[in-house]
Amino acid sequence: MLTVLANAALIGGLIEACREVIAANADHLSELDRAIGDGDHGTNMRRGLEAVYADRSRLVQLPLPKALEETGLTLVMSVGGAAGPLYGTLLIEIGRRLVGANGEIDLARALEHAIDAVARRGRAGPGDKTLLDVLYPVHAEVVRRAGLAGISQQAERAASLTFGMRAMRGRAAFLGDRSVGHVDPGAKSCALLTAAICRFLEEQCPA
Amino acid sequence: MSGMNPKSANVGIVIVSHSPLVAEGAADMVRQMVGDCVPLAWSGGNAEGGLGTHAAGILAAIERAWSDAGVAVFVDLGGAETNSEMAIEMLGEPRSGRVIICDAPLVEGAVMAAAEASGGAALARVVATAEELSP
Repeated sequence: MLTVLANAALIGGLIEACREVIAANADHLSELDRAIGDGDHGTNMRRGLEAVYADRSRLVQLPLPKALEETGLTLVMSVGGAAGPLYGTLLIEIGRRLVGANGEIDLARALEHAIDAVARRGRAGPGDKTLLDVLYPVHAEVVRRAGLAGISQQAERAASLTFGMRAMRGRAAFLGDRSVGHVDPGAKSCALLTAAICRFLEEQCPA
Repeated sequence: MSGMNPKSANVGIVIVSHSPLVAEGAADMVRQMVGDCVPLAWSGGNAEGGLGTHAAGILAAIERAWSDAGVAVFVDLGGAETNSEMAIEMLGEPRSGRVIICDAPLVEGAVMAAAEASGGAALARVVATAEELSP
């Protein structure tokens, strides 16, 4: 699927899709974050995606793995908060591992490696009420070669499941049991981005 | 002030807080204690100057406080630590191996570490002194 699209159109389209979904949901993400964190997740993510968008004419000329790495670096430098290093690490590591030794793109393997790196960076695991609670199920869907719509639905479902979780990492962990009953903002942004990416790819390559 | 070479042999201190006021205030307290004989820098706030942290600002602070003897970094809350780790990685080898994030209270840790550093102690000693404050 990734090879069907011209490189520049793919990278440019992904950047626009992600920027748009974050811009449209930034206030909602900050609202979720105000409930259990410091209330800046939406504005932080918007700042990051705007920085990536501003750099798009350069990024679309890079090979996909390099573009992912550079995008990750821009997020690290611009997002701030824990989300910057976490999303940055995710993209940097996907970029580094996307192309296997045989020259083939292996998204499942790259994702697995990148998600492990995010878990190490955040010292978090499954059920800790973080974006990992969306990333793990998304990876599982990719591994079993689910369709784009299936991946997207699973991401949304996984984000909503953080509602019942007790936060173990980040500012929300200070709230202990009071963090239960709120959707994690990082999980929500991760689901929104996943859905936006799937939607874009679906539009480009209808099954 | 002795006009000492800022690239002194003493370990450098970096203070990272979500608040620019906290970071600058803690740095002022360090300065009062050790004057100019310890390389010192701070990073506070996000890229727009609001509350938060960002890796680029932390990286710049580490560069300002750089010492070949190493740099001890003091952080307040979660994002400050994660962004500091990222900044240290971006510093690259071999310098990244000479920067340590201390598991210590921001203000007390930085002041005690600086006092230790001003006597010419090695990085490991400076870090250990600060971390003795953490139960």
